[in-house]
Amino acid sequence: MRPSADAVVIGGGVVGAAIAYNLLKSGMKSVVLCEKSTFASGSTGRCGAGVREQWGAEHNIRLAKASIDMFEHLAEELGYDQDIEFKQKGYLILAHTEKEWDQFKKNVELQHRLGVNSMLLTPEEAKDIVPALNTEGMLGATYNSRDGHANPFHTTRAFLQAARRLGGDICFFTEVTAIELEAGKVKRVRTSRGDISSPVLVNAAGPWAAVVAKMVGVDLPVYTQRHQILVTEPVGWFLDPMVMSFSIGIYCQQTPHGSVVMGIGDPDEPKGYDTGHSWQFLREMASIVCRLLPVLRDVRVVRQWSGLYTMTPDAHPILGKVPGVDGYYQAVGFSGHGFMLAPVVGRLLSEMILGKQPFIDISGLDLGRFERGEYMVEPSVV
Amino acid sequence: MSKRDEDIIVCRCEDVTLADIRKAIGEGATTMDEIKRITRAGMGPCQGRTCRLLVAAELSRYLGKPLEQVMPSTYRPPVKAVKLGDLADMDADPEEVRED
Repeated sequence: MRPSADAVVIGGGVVGAAIAYNLLKSGMKSVVLCEKSTFASGSTGRCGAGVREQWGAEHNIRLAKASIDMFEHLAEELGYDQDIEFKQKGYLILAHTEKEWDQFKKNVELQHRLGVNSMLLTPEEAKDIVPALNTEGMLGATYNSRDGHANPFHTTRAFLQAARRLGGDICFFTEVTAIELEAGKVKRVRTSRGDISSPVLVNAAGPWAAVVAKMVGVDLPVYTQRHQILVTEPVGWFLDPMVMSFSIGIYCQQTPHGSVVMGIGDPDEPKGYDTGHSWQFLREMASIVCRLLPVLRDVRVVRQWSGLYTMTPDAHPILGKVPGVDGYYQAVGFSGHGFMLAPVVGRLLSEMILGKQPFIDISGLDLGRFERGEYMVEPSVV
Repeated sequence: MSKRDEDIIVCRCEDVTLADIRKAIGEGATTMDEIKRITRAGMGPCQGRTCRLLVAAELSRYLGKPLEQVMPSTYRPPVKAVKLGDLADMDADPEEVRED
């Protein structure tokens, strides 16, 4: 590890990897990425792997749309020799309540205004897209064909390999233990493998973002919460889009590999760092998904795990600098959708750090919004 | 990488060859988890029962460390693959079942 750098990025998940790559691509000479474990070991490698433009709030829609634009050419841009398994077979989002259906009509209107070609479908039309779907009790659905899936491990690794080729120092098993400031400016980062002097520090530590922020005296209004998930054996192709319902709290998608990944949100899940797994989840997940997609009854679960959402008060990430700590930047609090936003956030953060005008206005996503009372509302999360 | 390595299947659930494992190691993987994430070895229906030791042995050889010092990957439930339908049809807590 080098003793000094132009920037140190904390976190070897997809967000940190994308930021490090973009800084190097934009001409920064010396970038060190510190990861306490190895690539995609925190929230990235545990996520549901979905990417969607169908959000209910303007910032999320703009960011996700730009991110999907980038995903479409990502493997090529990064020169990755394996497949990042990017698939665009849509998201089908189901409405089972009047309240939900009314919200979806508003969402689609907003999405159209921002250039997303989502559609409102009848239950019959939804069944044309997913013949295996049980539409009983369904009022309708929204669908957007550009949404889909990518492999979080390979996407992260593709960014890291490209960063390495551009001269980046990617340090695994290197834990940041302290950050030294001098006259309100970032000065030095202490790690388990030595110190690095750097005028720029980027906090992309996912669930540990608040711990890192504390090291520079910044309080983040975030909390972490376990979300459980499972994957089945690979089966013949039967499910094109991600099927999702906010009122039932489920998402389920067949990956290009053939396996089916699914999760449910548990409103009673306590806050904290537990990443264990429960028998109750398996049963509840199975009972919900077998009602929705009965064909899955004969498919075997091979593995269950969990990961952490890092929630902000308005389910939007916190991006950019913090007044009073020069050189400190953060890309944190993704609230369960960091993977899909990573490509665009990598570009935006590098633009901010290099003093350029970010290509999308994200000034409203700073930490200060909570003090100003400028909360956003995102109605569409599982 | 020899032609022979491409013919040796290490993970039969996911069709991962010795060549795939060696490529991942050659590109910097030093742990079982990294190899799993890169190649899918151990992610199939048998959850690594066949390949786990083979991958560990390969890493141990490459790193020049005894097998017990190779960082193992995480073991995750269920122990055996279970049909979603069977799980859905269970309507009691395991504790309650035991009491019956």
